[in-house]
Amino acid sequence: MTTKSTAAERARGAVEPGTLVLLCLAAWLIPGAGHFWMGRRQKAVVFLLALPAMFAIGLLLHGRVFPFEFSEPLVGLAAIANVLAGAPWLLTRLLEAGSGMVTAVTYEYGNCFLIVSGLLNFLVILDAYDIALGRK
Amino acid sequence: MTHFVLLVVFSFFVSLVFGVLLRDQPRQQIRTGAVMFGGFIATALVLGWLLYFFPL
Repeated sequence: MTTKSTAAERARGAVEPGTLVLLCLAAWLIPGAGHFWMGRRQKAVVFLLALPAMFAIGLLLHGRVFPFEFSEPLVGLAAIANVLAGAPWLLTRLLEAGSGMVTAVTYEYGNCFLIVSGLLNFLVILDAYDIALGRK
Repeated sequence: MTHFVLLVVFSFFVSLVFGVLLRDQPRQQIRTGAVMFGGFIATALVLGWLLYFFPL
């Protein structure tokens, strides 16, 4: 008995595990790169502009890029969320910026922008992964 | 910047990303983003006014 293969199944077969890892790494490093790779250029441009902009606004609002201190679980979790932002986080760490200013009125807002930017990028990575697997 | 402006800016970016992420057609993306943005602002205003009546 023969079965018809759907477009999703064909796409799934076409993506190698190694390529998937590279795609996810690219999507993490440059927000929207995964979508660009998969030919979703309109989405890629929006992610490329919006997510680093959110991260930059967070820094301008004196938000903090959190260190990995798991003795304080919320700080550790915030650090993971920050890392998920990709290149903006790397640049911030390299430039030793993002120390935050606790006394600033906008400190918590800045943290919110920085953390949500990373979490949204994680969703974008997962979406690119799903597209690569042919689920979307 | 006021708290409200920051709320609007935050809502804009989150709605933009979710609108584009969840839908494929530009028209649907705009609609989803707009509904989400309106939801953010409306919820914040309603909750803000509700909290106004709680003495701190």
